Amino acid sequence: MIERTPLLNIVTHLILLSGLIMMLFPMYLVFVAASLDLKQVSAIPPHLFPGDQLWVNMETAWTKAKFGEKFLNTFIVAFGVVVGKITLACITAFGIVFFNHRLRMPIFWCVFITLMLPLEVRIVPTYAVAANALQPFQVLMDVTGLTWLIGMVSGVEVALEWNLLNSYTGLIMPLVATATGTFLYRQFFLTIPDELVEASKMDGAGPVRFLWEILVPLSATNIAALATIMFVYSWNQYLWPLLVVTDQSYGMVAVELGRLVPKISATGGEVAKWNIAMAGTLIVMIPPILVVIFMQRWFVRGLINTDK
Amino acid sequence: MRRAYFKNNWVAALMVAPQLLIIFIFFYWPTSQALYWAFTLEQPWGGGNTWVGFDNFSAILTDDLYWYSVQVSVIYAIGSTVLAVGMALILAVFVDRQLRGFKAYKIGMIWPYAIAAPAVGLAFRFIFNPGAGIMLYINQVFPGLWDPISNGNHAMAMVVIAGAWKQVAYNFIFFLAGLQSIPRSLLEAGAMDGARVLRRMRDIQLPLLTPTFFFVLVINITDSFTDSFGIVDTMTGGGPARATNLMVFKIFNDGFQGLDYSGAAAQSIILTILVVSLTFVQFRYIERKVHYT
Repeated sequence: MIERTPLLNIVTHLILLSGLIMMLFPMYLVFVAASLDLKQVSAIPPHLFPGDQLWVNMETAWTKAKFGEKFLNTFIVAFGVVVGKITLACITAFGIVFFNHRLRMPIFWCVFITLMLPLEVRIVPTYAVAANALQPFQVLMDVTGLTWLIGMVSGVEVALEWNLLNSYTGLIMPLVATATGTFLYRQFFLTIPDELVEASKMDGAGPVRFLWEILVPLSATNIAALATIMFVYSWNQYLWPLLVVTDQSYGMVAVELGRLVPKISATGGEVAKWNIAMAGTLIVMIPPILVVIFMQRWFVRGLINTDK
Repeated sequence: MRRAYFKNNWVAALMVAPQLLIIFIFFYWPTSQALYWAFTLEQPWGGGNTWVGFDNFSAILTDDLYWYSVQVSVIYAIGSTVLAVGMALILAVFVDRQLRGFKAYKIGMIWPYAIAAPAVGLAFRFIFNPGAGIMLYINQVFPGLWDPISNGNHAMAMVVIAGAWKQVAYNFIFFLAGLQSIPRSLLEAGAMDGARVLRRMRDIQLPLLTPTFFFVLVINITDSFTDSFGIVDTMTGGGPARATNLMVFKIFNDGFQGLDYSGAAAQSIILTILVVSLTFVQFRYIERKVHYT
């Protein structure tokens, strides 16, 4: 602080407090609703202080939406995306930065372009691929006449099929297929001094050893940042699991949340149990919020470097 | 540029192969499929697709429902972007004064980043529900003041607020980082010249923040076109009377409920072109134009 500005300081605090209230108040209302019983939720005037039904509602939501199973699935998918993305990003960036071959820049651009098109935009054809992940190769073989050739020689009709619907692979793979992490790693690898490479070569380390014993330990902060971002990203996935999963034993939490209250367009019958729905919302929100708060320092830096 | 490299290009090939394979299957192939579908039409009795040229596009572009969806998306994009960017900018500028409690404020504004779009949607659908909670009370006092279930404008307002609320944290992170990378010596020099806090904000911090500002602006607009699905689906389901039928939601509906792959693919292509050109504008034009340092 440079000068004393008592009046402006008060104004600043007022602005920030009202901002804080705007960010917190909606979630406070969610919390209050989650702790009331059904009658209290729709009471007039509304309750603004929490009741004593929080655990009951959470338990009801937990069993009603089968969150036990859904949490496990979501953790598996989030883990898969985090590990897959970090590993792929790291080795791809390594292959682009530390080797001198003519394809470096073309490959980089190939990967970089994927940043521009989010999954939501190409959702329809991606779904078709998930229904048969080997379809690209089948078509390529058909077009090049390879199918015909193999059919002539061996008498076997080639029909490749690998259905990814209702599987963890199907949930994970398309989420891994973007360039976010690769870009972050490339930026970081470009800052590694040449001397480090030369020294390890002199000591007789090959590329793999250099990657494993020098680069991976050096990029610990990168890994922490990327892991946080990817965890939140995959935990919160909605559209993709909604499509790929029809068998509920592979369901993910965010999708299940949408089923706690009847859709607004749904006709007839069921009364929306808002207290249960809000308790479910709380349950689903907690893990990523904890991760973000604990990893705040790394994740903020990582986010800024990945997207920019 | 780097001078020291590893020689063995086979290792390099092994390193990049998995990623290339995955993006080929799950990115390039679907994108090319979308192109193929957009220019062809599936035969009703099977037997593959026939080439129809730009028919799918002209069918969409002459469809009033499509233009209505575009209009709604633009309103959503502008509304949520202005709200989210404005809020985040004001908060970041004042948090950056680093008064007492600065860290608490910071965490308080960052954590909503972690909340999933459907969770935000559900929470705000409850808060704005005319049949329960606060809004029920308000409606009792002023009957008919708030009815997002049958009034399209109210529904849109609700979706915009939820979308903006979700985006504030993200923007805040970028603005704060941008502000903190401005050298303190500049502000001190400004103070020496007699500029008070607000003057320094207006004449030093905000101009230096312009690149970040445009970056955040573009990201918000593209996100509002693509990332809005979870919010719309949980809050309004595109209704009432298509008043919140955003482009992504329409693609999903036409493709998976209406099974009109060609129409959905053509819409995807248009949306893609929109998103890519926005990104392009950001990379080429804004990054080059805006430089004050």
